[in-house]
Amino acid sequence: MSDYRVLPGPEHFLPPAAASMGIRLPNPGEAHINGVITSEEQAYEEAARQFLMAKVPTIFPGPLVLWAWNEKAAKKATAIRHLFNTLKECVQPTQKPMLIPMPDYRPKYPKINPEVEINPNHPNLTIWHNKIDCCIFIGVHCHQANLSLKIIRGGTSCYTIAMCAQAGHEDAMLSFRDASVDKIMRLADTVKRLKGTVQPRSSTKNGASN
Amino acid sequence: MAETKSVIGTQNKKGQTYTDTWKMMNEAPRTPSFFTGSEVIKEALRRASCDVMIAYPITPQSEAAALIGELFAEGYIGDYFRGESEFAVMSQCAGSAFGGARVFTTTAGPGTMRAMENFPMWAGSRLPIQMIVTCRGINSPLSIQPDTLEIAYLLNTGMLVWHAETAQDFFDWILKGYMVSEEPDVHLPLALCCDGFFVTHTKDVVNLTPANMCLPPYDPYRSPVPCMDMECPPVRMMRDPFVMKSNYISYATHASWQQEIWAAVERSRKHSIHWLNGLIDTENTDADVVIVASGTAVSQGREAIRLLEDEGVRCGLVKVKTLRPWPEEEIREATKNAKHIFVPEFNVTGWLAKEIRATIPNPHRVHAGPHVCGGMTMPPEIIVSEIKTALGMKTFSLAGRGS
Repeated sequence: MSDYRVLPGPEHFLPPAAASMGIRLPNPGEAHINGVITSEEQAYEEAARQFLMAKVPTIFPGPLVLWAWNEKAAKKATAIRHLFNTLKECVQPTQKPMLIPMPDYRPKYPKINPEVEINPNHPNLTIWHNKIDCCIFIGVHCHQANLSLKIIRGGTSCYTIAMCAQAGHEDAMLSFRDASVDKIMRLADTVKRLKGTVQPRSSTKNGASN
Repeated sequence: MAETKSVIGTQNKKGQTYTDTWKMMNEAPRTPSFFTGSEVIKEALRRASCDVMIAYPITPQSEAAALIGELFAEGYIGDYFRGESEFAVMSQCAGSAFGGARVFTTTAGPGTMRAMENFPMWAGSRLPIQMIVTCRGINSPLSIQPDTLEIAYLLNTGMLVWHAETAQDFFDWILKGYMVSEEPDVHLPLALCCDGFFVTHTKDVVNLTPANMCLPPYDPYRSPVPCMDMECPPVRMMRDPFVMKSNYISYATHASWQQEIWAAVERSRKHSIHWLNGLIDTENTDADVVIVASGTAVSQGREAIRLLEDEGVRCGLVKVKTLRPWPEEEIREATKNAKHIFVPEFNVTGWLAKEIRATIPNPHRVHAGPHVCGGMTMPPEIIVSEIKTALGMKTFSLAGRGS
């Protein structure tokens, strides 16, 4: 097992890809936290805790769930809406949950509008502008997600979570694999269960810093 | 992600049954057949559920490319055509793969070099194209004979690079190769290399899987990048941020993109181990003398070991199956007891020996050689001679052989 750990940044002028540092993806039924393989159960707890601690917990749904290109995608989108609503119900008034869709990866010219979108080529702008200190990627194509997660880790202190429909993401601080409607709902349930047991961060340093 | 029903157990238009690949490769009955390497490529493609094959003639892959044309005529390949040049072929392969097809092509020597710009583009675009490289000479004076120098140029393209020893390896690895390169966390092109003529034009007994079984088709919706359509053509990713801007984030994006390709090569490691039963094969690695080789140099090394045994010299063998991913830990472990490591190669630069030297502790143990190149054969006796000379044993010159 690698000694390298995938931690909130800012890590480096050019951080390495975690896979090149010996971080391995989880097998089915597993997840990883900071690059260490764990049970999915632990990952649900930790992801929910991070959401409830964050000042601006944010969901970034990608095209694979935003466009109703098949029945499963539509169901996932509904589940994500439920996760967001649950998050809003469970946080304290000082916290500001957000949902910023990532419908399209195509480069925007001359610049992106960080109020309304996250562009995988400029994810740090959205993180900085909105002071996001914890985010989850769902339904983002793996390559685009890995680019964004690495850039976020390189330049911000945001805690990143990835719920991947395939094999997972080493470059997130916490990653599930084989995402399904059930898993999204289970994360929402865990957030609900931990409501009131986790205190939000008081420091303003976390999140948008660089 | 794609909401598709499994096709396993159903039939294609040729009456072949889509079969779970693990069962097909490991449990299905095998039929011994006496084929050339080129014919073996054809037989693998018959079972590969390949959508598109693009061809261009260059020795020694031309025969395999032509035979696959027969498969197209028989209806086993979705589409088949000849490109205008090797560069065009590789660009057309990219277009086909962007469109969601399982793609196959073959190349050799100068053709590989002519098309070289495309290979990092394939990897950068995460296109799981499979390319057979039947290695031959690439330098002047022109040669069509076996020479593995071109592999050295492929090692840093971001492609997976495997080096088959035999026609049996070739048959199995063509089919298994798609399983590794199409994994969503890998999704990279594969250069499956062999030593031209020695493998392609030599008949051998190869155990074939049943012709009425074939691989499940490629599912492009498991791609880590968006599938190409009219709204999302591949050129869009090349537009504004990388090429047209000069700022930190543009460079960081491009840098991260490149790193992600090599991360994907790393991720292929576990899948390659699963399908190939390890990245290397070993024999007697507790011996003081170990031969490390890839391709047909493995066969020659194996024969040299037999000859050395007759003279009381015990020698181990490491067969390197994948060059990318590079089996760094495996080679370190397999050579930890060796006092002398010999790396016979069919090329002038000794790229494999350099890779090994960069991998292991005490690299002075590596004897880079013997080398042959330009199409010369490598008699096992010259490996024996090299080893005996290093061990201070008496040996005889082989330079007078042939004329």
